[in-house]
Amino acid sequence: MKSSDASRLTLILLFTPFALWIILLIILPQIGIGWLSLREKIGPREYTFGFGNYLDFFHEPIYWNTLLRTAWISVLVTVLALFIGFPVAWYIARIARRRSRAALFLMCLIPLWVSDLVRAFGWILLLRETGLVSGALQWIGFTSGPVELLYNDITVVIGMVYTVVLFMIVPLVSTLDGMDNALLEAGYNLGGSRFTVFRRIVVPYAMPGIVAGCIITFMLAAGSYLTPILLGGKNSMWFTEQIYDQYVTRSNWESGATFGVLLLVFTSAVVWLGLRLTGQSLASTVAKE
Amino acid sequence: MNVAAPRSGLMRGLYTGYMLAFFIYLAAPLLAAAIFAFNDSQFPALPWNGFTLKWFFGREEPMIGLFYDRRLMAGLINSLWIGVIVSALSVAVGTTNAFLFERKTFPFRNALYVLMIVPLVIPGVILGISILVLSSSVANAVSDAFWWEWDFLRPGVVLVVLGQFSFLVTITTLVIAARLRKFDISLEEAALNLGASRRRVLATITLPFLAPALFSAFVVAFLVSFENFNTTLMLVGSDAPLTITMYDRVVKVGSTPVLNAVSVFLMVGSAVLALASVFAQRSRPAES
Repeated sequence: MKSSDASRLTLILLFTPFALWIILLIILPQIGIGWLSLREKIGPREYTFGFGNYLDFFHEPIYWNTLLRTAWISVLVTVLALFIGFPVAWYIARIARRRSRAALFLMCLIPLWVSDLVRAFGWILLLRETGLVSGALQWIGFTSGPVELLYNDITVVIGMVYTVVLFMIVPLVSTLDGMDNALLEAGYNLGGSRFTVFRRIVVPYAMPGIVAGCIITFMLAAGSYLTPILLGGKNSMWFTEQIYDQYVTRSNWESGATFGVLLLVFTSAVVWLGLRLTGQSLASTVAKE
Repeated sequence: MNVAAPRSGLMRGLYTGYMLAFFIYLAAPLLAAAIFAFNDSQFPALPWNGFTLKWFFGREEPMIGLFYDRRLMAGLINSLWIGVIVSALSVAVGTTNAFLFERKTFPFRNALYVLMIVPLVIPGVILGISILVLSSSVANAVSDAFWWEWDFLRPGVVLVVLGQFSFLVTITTLVIAARLRKFDISLEEAALNLGASRRRVLATITLPFLAPALFSAFVVAFLVSFENFNTTLMLVGSDAPLTITMYDRVVKVGSTPVLNAVSVFLMVGSAVLALASVFAQRSRPAES
């Protein structure tokens, strides 16, 4: 009996920090913004409850246009990161020799640990009117005057793919690493073309890695703040910027909370849909280291 | 012959070219941020006016170096101690979480495991505002009911620590749990059979086995905390950490080479810590 009491005690001791963390820092705050988003101000210190804040959001085209814009750019960034990252992951996991594999992987990881801010700052120095790329283009005689390459959507996409592509490569490498070349050989021996082998063997095998990479990449893209704002400039129209704006600049917490809930619902819906369509679960993808 | 590699020489060449282009893409902005830290000029742009270290050690206007810039140094020190506190807390709770999910069975274990991962898929800005909303409501309620002013629940260092902690715990838990999963439980049983107490087994066998994972979880948490911007932005008070100070400078002053010096400093610091963590994971013997 005594040992089962001790085991129950350790369970309680281990469970308490977990419960405090999840309840106080995750669940209650989320309920908090949900509650705040339903509160409408009708006078000083007077409130009623209803969906007014959400109606305001849908009546104001600039708000929901910003959300749609954020959504499609994030999806575009995710798809581009997958297409750019997959060959790199394949090379690291399947083609490179053992020695160079570790080195290549480390080279991929080092920019990961440099702040977003430094990366965005680097892109600014490269792409602005007086920047290096503009200077190089003038030097080779491609243009006669300085060119401004910042503050447009293409630059924002390039900068965001840069920020997130590593999060795509890491899970892809760890899934592709476990693949046996015999699978490929079997596919070829049975008469499969390169494309068939890729579609019928490689893609299904890599699916957990692809889903994990896409989820992380999409979340990072939709929730990013620095890259779209610094590279997109005044007309970047990014949803997290709207949230910040409502909270800090206008001190309109109710509508800021509404925007927050909408962003959360939207990103969760995309993640859920992605998991459903590919038949994966959150634990089998994101949590795999 | 590697069946995974392209068959024709031309395709192999193109593939190598692609890899090269990719790494140039990765390196380009970092190099651009780094080189202008050493240019003897007021602006981080060409032409190259010669090598200087004034953007690190300069003491006179207009070239006040990073180490003599009071605001940036204050930000750096805030970032350092916030990072150490947050990482220590996250590693502690990450360890108890890892033991909870790897060693114990309890009702709703799988559902709670998913809940444990959820903070990773909540955008950082939302974690920030939601914690801000809750803490402000509590502070307002306490102030209305008892006339107490709980300043630590207003934007400031405590909230920044809580905000970063809220998602770092997931990362540390995953890192530590992965290592704990590899642990051979018979080692503990052997020690218990030989008469060691539970506490002794934990201190002499289990924790030493976990040490590399604890170390790398700490390093990862520290680096993520140090570079975090989105969550911190919503919770920051007057003691701003370095990323916020630097962002302020970019937006208000525009680019100045002292920011390149900060970038170089951060790159070197992160690279050293990341490598230390990789080697700590690797240099354990008797593992394959």
